[in-house]
Amino acid sequence: MPAKRRSAPIRVLIAKPGLDGHDRGAKVVARALRDAGMEVIYAGLRQTPEEIVRAAIEEDVDLVGLSILSGAHMALFPKVLRLLKKEHPNGIKVFAGGIIPDEDARRLKRMGVRAIFGPGASLEEIVRTAEKLARPSS
Amino acid sequence: MTRRAPLPPAARAIVKGDLRALARTISAVENGDPSADPILRAIYPRTGKVPVIGLTGPLGVGKSSLVSALVGHLRGLGRAVGVVAVDPSSPFSGGSVLGDRIRLERAPGDTGVFFRSMASRGSVGGVAAATRETARLLDAAGFDVILIETVGSGQVDLAIREVASTRVVVLVPHLGDEVQTLKAGLFEIADVFCVNKSDLPGAGSAERDLAELVSLGGGRDGWSPPIVATSTVTPSGIDRLWAAIESHQRFLDSSGGRLSGERLRLKQEIVGRVRDEVAAELAERLDKDPGLRDLLDRVVARTLDPRSAADRLLAASRRGR
Repeated sequence: MPAKRRSAPIRVLIAKPGLDGHDRGAKVVARALRDAGMEVIYAGLRQTPEEIVRAAIEEDVDLVGLSILSGAHMALFPKVLRLLKKEHPNGIKVFAGGIIPDEDARRLKRMGVRAIFGPGASLEEIVRTAEKLARPSS
Repeated sequence: MTRRAPLPPAARAIVKGDLRALARTISAVENGDPSADPILRAIYPRTGKVPVIGLTGPLGVGKSSLVSALVGHLRGLGRAVGVVAVDPSSPFSGGSVLGDRIRLERAPGDTGVFFRSMASRGSVGGVAAATRETARLLDAAGFDVILIETVGSGQVDLAIREVASTRVVVLVPHLGDEVQTLKAGLFEIADVFCVNKSDLPGAGSAERDLAELVSLGGGRDGWSPPIVATSTVTPSGIDRLWAAIESHQRFLDSSGGRLSGERLRLKQEIVGRVRDEVAAELAERLDKDPGLRDLLDRVVARTLDPRSAADRLLAASRRGR
């Protein structure tokens, strides 16, 4: 008996790689994505790139959102991107937020981070971008 | 026993331990995607051998921390553990924040743990069905123990009642007097009681209150639920909690309760699926079938009452389609 196909909500993993403990931004974004109807898996603080990639695979997410304020983004993000590509070649897209200088942001985008939000980015913009990244056709 | 047919590729991948295939199939189950059907059908004969343990209880009693501690304990015993953590979806946006992973601690590179967060998605039968089928997929993937964690209220709680063979109800000191425990409706489903946060003052009296309630007639079929004090801070009692769960599992085997419980749960599953399908089909016909659309119009206009309309809809569905 074929079950009716229900519309699948967008699933997003929000994680904080590295050692800074400031997760207010990540929580505000998680909540905004929830209010837009997404299923947000909140992985919390101090996640290693390996843990983040493992969680993304187990949770079968469409997107991974990384939040970082410690300045270690150039050490950690490329590792997440590399591992994700290796473990999940069909592509889970990555976006990021935090304190990331413009020059670094340009480099990270060249490496494959799809969008980067600094302080002052609006929640509407983040939600819209996440929707577009997860469902490019709609 | 069903004869083992060759497995379709996705099912073979799951049985071989491909975590991505497992994760994708769980999504298909959650989404009602028919691509999951042949996989579930193929793996079914291989499942049903591992214990499915449910943990439930009010918000904030430390269920996620307990699950993490149990995972650690079981890994120490060399058992592979699959976890499904269910949280409610927002009735307003349909979205959810699933935060049970935060507590999970595991050794780097440990493939003996698989953790999946699941949102209830607002359908009473849906979450129980998705949880049950996910447990089956984890079973087929070779996990030795399946843990299911849900908030102990309303529809989400059904997932535990209809899926787990041992149900652990988690409470904490100062939740209220014993009358609260009677009211909550959690009492009847407990095979094991866990008083968590036992490092806090009041734990002793919470245990005594529970013991008194159990002595008044808790449990079913000759099983009296044990009460275990735990703390994930100190930590303590996790080994005793697992021992209590195992002792209930042994009781299920020795009393014959495993088979009768399983029979009841499978009956609920079959009937539940039919109910959901038929209800969805009838709802659609009520909107689209010219012969039936009139029924709803008349109820809206109050020239027909809902009970009579339901009778006619049912009669129409029995006449065939």
